[in-house]
Amino acid sequence: MPPERAEAPHAPLIRLARRPWFYAATGAVLVWLLVVASAEGRGAWATLGTALGFGTFYVITGLGQMLVIAAGPGNIDLSIPSMMTLAGYLGMGLMGGENGRLALGFLLAFGLGLAGGAANLLLIRLFAIPPMIATLAAGLVMQSVTIAYSRGSTAKPPPLLLDAALAHLGPLPLIALGALLLSAVMALLMSRSVFGRTLLALGQNARAAYLAGLRTGPAHAAAYLLSGVFAALAGFWLAAYSGGASLNMAEDFLLMSIAVVVLGGSRVSGGAVSVGGLWGASLLLYLIVTLLNVWTVSAGLRYVLTGLIILLVLGLSGER
Amino acid sequence: MPPDASRPRLSAPFRLSPLAARPLLAALALLLMFAVIVWREPRAASYLGLRLLLNFSIPLMFAAFAAMAVIVLGDIDLGLGPFIGLANVISARWLAGNPSLAALLLVLSLLAYAAMGALIAARRLPSIVITLGASFIWLGAGLLILPTPGGAAPDWLAALLRLHTPFVPLPLWLAVALALAGQILFITSPAGVVLRGFGGAPEALIRAGWSLIAAKSFLYGLAGAFGILAGLALTGINTTGDANFGTPYTLLAIAAVIVGGGEFAGGIVSPPGTVIGALILLLSGALLSFLDVSTDWQLSVQGGILILVLALRALLRKRDAHAA
Repeated sequence: MPPERAEAPHAPLIRLARRPWFYAATGAVLVWLLVVASAEGRGAWATLGTALGFGTFYVITGLGQMLVIAAGPGNIDLSIPSMMTLAGYLGMGLMGGENGRLALGFLLAFGLGLAGGAANLLLIRLFAIPPMIATLAAGLVMQSVTIAYSRGSTAKPPPLLLDAALAHLGPLPLIALGALLLSAVMALLMSRSVFGRTLLALGQNARAAYLAGLRTGPAHAAAYLLSGVFAALAGFWLAAYSGGASLNMAEDFLLMSIAVVVLGGSRVSGGAVSVGGLWGASLLLYLIVTLLNVWTVSAGLRYVLTGLIILLVLGLSGER
Repeated sequence: MPPDASRPRLSAPFRLSPLAARPLLAALALLLMFAVIVWREPRAASYLGLRLLLNFSIPLMFAAFAAMAVIVLGDIDLGLGPFIGLANVISARWLAGNPSLAALLLVLSLLAYAAMGALIAARRLPSIVITLGASFIWLGAGLLILPTPGGAAPDWLAALLRLHTPFVPLPLWLAVALALAGQILFITSPAGVVLRGFGGAPEALIRAGWSLIAAKSFLYGLAGAFGILAGLALTGINTTGDANFGTPYTLLAIAAVIVGGGEFAGGIVSPPGTVIGALILLLSGALLSFLDVSTDWQLSVQGGILILVLALRALLRKRDAHAA
């Protein structure tokens, strides 16, 4: 069942409230207003800019996870955090802090992403290993390569890359702009292209998609490859953004990449995605942390409230 | 759909059904790994050697059983690790000084786990999402109780985990006991048939008059109980508490169930296989130090063993499909 356009005509507001991304986006706006109110109106745009900067990394990894989850029940990519750290470390290491080798490092990260995605695919398709275990195992290997490599290597970004990662266009971080562009392309691909429609059909009913003569294999493969590439690029930029790669820089992203997908209104059993929802959910999750920091709440309470909000939003948006 | 259901049972008496072969495959892998370890370090086979080698298998076996109780339903629990961490900090903070408070909190957290199962069943929510949301709550609660690592284990708990059992060390006795109890509860008993049925064909059981809510509450409650046991075992071994201690167990426990022959689709698990899977994952960590390889590569070996066991299983399945 396609999630949108299927309902009888309703008042516009009710129709809006039925959009899968509605709750996360509304929540993000509400929390932002709360942050602004708590700071008595100061730094409203700066807060939003910071949220967009950090949120970018949730969005980019979420995009990859979303494609994989869209491919149907059981599909998930647990190698995302390991991929990020690997690409961050090896990318920074290859550049060695020199501006001249920027393109080289970027290409390496891109290639690592493709290779990681391909390794996941190989395990899933050729060895018929369930995606959850295949990506877990591939992630373990990536993690240990990173650990072995990290001994005595430079993890600092070249100055030019650091500047680019922190650059702003008005209140808007440049990387957020890039992520917006990428999201727009992905949203278009998912709704208009043969690849997107095939991937969604595969997620809704694999057998029906096969019988309809759709080429589901390449779409499934592309989802995993793109997830690898997105994770690698996110890791590359995150390492630059935070001034250097570290072994635990991506540990949040295992659960967060899944959380932003499901909070954003994509269906966890596949076949329905929402790119707009990814942004809503990413900003919501980051702004909650900001708000609780403004209120000087302890880390423990912050996690508890994050969990409650995830459960609340999912409860409100109902069954998927 | 298990391929052996449609085939006449007695046509090939010497061929194991593929489902029964899975735990055997895992057992073979475990024996091989143990053989390598003993070849490199013969003292590993002694009572004390085994004990040191298998010390941390106790929390992992309990965690794997917790994951199994959820996987048998076709569900996935992404919050198990933080929940184990929560049980760890509750017991480290209060079990020695204020045992009744610790017991009360542990029972409450067990009930919360069962309630989570009821919620997932009643509203037909995807387990992966609810347990993911809950994982933040367990971790946060753990950090609220112990913001920094600390606390202590009560003497009786530490002594219990150091118990000198006859013939073989405690972890091996526990492995056998868990495998037997699990086999009875999940496989041979009538209740086990119903519980596995809820993973394989829930609609059929609901139509037959069984309650999905009751089944999920029970199995999530069971998962909570095993999670608490894993947390207590961690407290007893480490004699301290840390809300983050449990985190790796989420995925290790799931991997143990699958290596041992379980299926994500639900309805198919092997309790003895799960015990073996847990031991495989534990030894895969130790194997390298005996082979004089840098521990940097430990995770690679763990990943590689996961891949190897599951790829072999897929190969067996293919051979079986051709033979049928």
